[in-house]
Amino acid sequence: MTLSRKMLLAASLAPLLVFGVLAVVLYFGLQQDPSTLPSVLIGKPAPTFALGPVRAGDTGFSRDDIRGKVVLVNVWGSWCGACKMEHPYLMELAAGGAPIYGVDWKDDPADGAKTLKMMGDPYVKVGNDQAGRLSLDLGVTGAPETFLIDRTGRIRYKQIGPITPEVWRGTLAPMIAKLEQGQ
Amino acid sequence: MIPEIGRFCLYLALGLSIVQMAAGFAGPLRASPRIMALSQSAAFGQFLFVAVAFAILVRLFATSDFSVMVVAANSHTTKPLFYKIAATWGHHEGSMLLWVLVLALFGAAIAYFGRSMPDTFRARVLGVQGLIGVFFLLFIIFTSNPFVRLFPVPLEGEGFNPLLQDPGIVSHPPMLYLGYVGFSTAFSFAVAALIEGPAGGLWVRYARPWILAAWICLTIGITLGSLWAYSVLGWGGWWFWDPVENASLMPWLLGTALVHSALVVERRFSLERWTLLLSILTFSMSLLGTFVVRSGILTSVHAFAVDPARGTFILIILILATGGGLALYGLRAPGLPSGRVFGLFSREGSLVLNNILLVTITGTVFLGTFYPLFIELSGKDKISVGVPYYALTFVPLAAPLLLAMVIGPLLLWRKDSARGWAARIGPGVFLAFSVLILTGAATHGRNLLLAVWLGLATWLIVGAVLILVRRARIGQAPFADSLKLARALPMATWGAIIAHLGIGLLVCGLGGATTAKEEGVALLGPGQSTAFIGRQLTLKDISTGKGPNFEYVRARIDAVAPDGDVIHLTPERRFYPERQSETTKASVRETPLGNLYVALGDQVTDGRWTVRFYSHPLAIWIWLGGFVMALGGVLALVGNRTQSGPRSGDSAAEVRAGSRPAPAPAAAGAEGVA
Repeated sequence: MTLSRKMLLAASLAPLLVFGVLAVVLYFGLQQDPSTLPSVLIGKPAPTFALGPVRAGDTGFSRDDIRGKVVLVNVWGSWCGACKMEHPYLMELAAGGAPIYGVDWKDDPADGAKTLKMMGDPYVKVGNDQAGRLSLDLGVTGAPETFLIDRTGRIRYKQIGPITPEVWRGTLAPMIAKLEQGQ
Repeated sequence: MIPEIGRFCLYLALGLSIVQMAAGFAGPLRASPRIMALSQSAAFGQFLFVAVAFAILVRLFATSDFSVMVVAANSHTTKPLFYKIAATWGHHEGSMLLWVLVLALFGAAIAYFGRSMPDTFRARVLGVQGLIGVFFLLFIIFTSNPFVRLFPVPLEGEGFNPLLQDPGIVSHPPMLYLGYVGFSTAFSFAVAALIEGPAGGLWVRYARPWILAAWICLTIGITLGSLWAYSVLGWGGWWFWDPVENASLMPWLLGTALVHSALVVERRFSLERWTLLLSILTFSMSLLGTFVVRSGILTSVHAFAVDPARGTFILIILILATGGGLALYGLRAPGLPSGRVFGLFSREGSLVLNNILLVTITGTVFLGTFYPLFIELSGKDKISVGVPYYALTFVPLAAPLLLAMVIGPLLLWRKDSARGWAARIGPGVFLAFSVLILTGAATHGRNLLLAVWLGLATWLIVGAVLILVRRARIGQAPFADSLKLARALPMATWGAIIAHLGIGLLVCGLGGATTAKEEGVALLGPGQSTAFIGRQLTLKDISTGKGPNFEYVRARIDAVAPDGDVIHLTPERRFYPERQSETTKASVRETPLGNLYVALGDQVTDGRWTVRFYSHPLAIWIWLGGFVMALGGVLALVGNRTQSGPRSGDSAAEVRAGSRPAPAPAAAGAEGVA
């Protein structure tokens, strides 16, 4: 229990140094605020992909399914609490005809299928991305995230966090309406 | 006019917090009782004006004054009065005002109840508390003023998030803030002690009741939040490892470590440096939590409206407070006297283990919470952290902590022998394994995980009872003597027994609800039934109706057991026109053995309804355990207040056992203060 004077001084100053590093990280983190940071892929074509099914017997979800359409691609997982909060609203939007496609991310397909069975399936098509390849290409930082993709296959918007009525009415619905009319 | 009075009250409160800070620091330097008294008066004044500002905001919400921006954005005339008032703290600006109200409340309470402290010490504590008040009042006035007007005045408000229209909003945020912000006292006492210099651990005696009070409130606040989530989110979850939940869990974990290490300082004059550091870190976690929630730096279901200016401001506060506290610690800690030496196999040793494990667990939660941010900044792989991470890190660390928390209180202070100790924990080991084996057999070995959980819960509950057995010499002395000893036990010891018991109940609930849960889903039309956990569930009918500001669809479902026992359930879906959104109101039948939870889903095209069922065995003990823990804290707090005379903390049994520590060198303690 008896430390030398130098060690004691070092031990006493260590917390300050560690905190200093953390403060720098937080400062840069703030500059990169995930909910204002646009994905580097915005305006770029979405990557090509072909995902396997979540439910055994489904066809899965591939790039060809959304060719020529304005769609939302929602990244979710059965392990993600915020996704479960978002889920009922997605069901509501889907019932109203919103074109939502799903990517079940870093998830055992069986777990994903169970969630869809329990909570309902809002997706036109849904695929499993257990390895996280597509999500990596899309620049997903967490779940849920939703990408708005236009007719030419370009990513137009990235919503980080759950889609709320505010987000839908204020941002996504007007953008979708514009994209559908415009092109 | 009224909002302007509120705004003016905030300016006055800011002025008074500056006075409180300046007088608190200057008074002791000049050895002036008058300046020190000024700091106290300023603390009362600051609380008064923040309270008036808060009351004004409540009134603006109650009367739906839509000329005020936050009222227009977060309320609606059709809301019941109860929820209009609760909406006062259901958004960023109002909840920050609540934050500062709690801070000022603790400052005023220290000024009022802190008479047993030396004047200089109390003044410095108030000075630090005032400094935090200055920071946060500036934050409110410059970035989050709730009294900003709106023109033109809208006829109707934009409504309130329907998920928040639940009795939970009345109790959960205020309790949580009392705990979260209450830890500011730990910070203020530690910093004041560092300024004064070596105080022989006396500061801990003054700080302990405040730390305990904050810990109690945070325990209740987290428990209420979990209960709320369970009933309102409609899928039976009670903890999500969401960044904002973690933000309240981290101060709780460190606060729990602090409550225990403070015990060692108070009783044995060891671990003082460590306890100072822990005090600073605990409140830093509260600040960090505030930063996470308000800056939007992490994606969360709880996030408030995001504004980078606010994030920057709170980061500056965090850097000044934590950085300043740690710098002071770095300068002063090497000069503090080293504590008394103790053996590793002793009560102190076990409390050190408790602290190491709790701090490590906090570290893993911290890492899980901020990992996405670190990864994003390093520009490499993208990763999200979910339940699997916590199952892999939290559980392996919590298990030894739970095993050790039975052993620790049964060890002697300073030094113990393995033989004496083994005899003391024998009954715990025996009963824990009995329950493990019995549960294993009762489930035919199919649910060994449940057996392990229940064995662990038994270990904890028996361990708590063993503290009582040992202190009251039950079985060793005649019964009448034991009764007398039990009556003479310090309240603080009862507090420890009850709090540890609460953890046992919590583990019991977690075990049942995670390892033995069942879920099912069915499409039902009126009159149709399905089987679930041995009951016949029948959808009797579906009705619609109107609440105060929502329309609902309600199902009546009867769950009939083979023995004829009927449980009536009425899950609802509610539609709120003001926000055009729907919520699920699950129906839960809670019994000590388990919950039956039913949620109503969507109507499918053929007219039938999706109905989801969950069975959560023992779940109720999760929340009861939390409340019992808080009750233990209350007992310890009461004990602390009634026994503030000469050091008489140790129990009679220990005096007899000859392990009483040497009398407190009160003079050594007073030196630093004078």
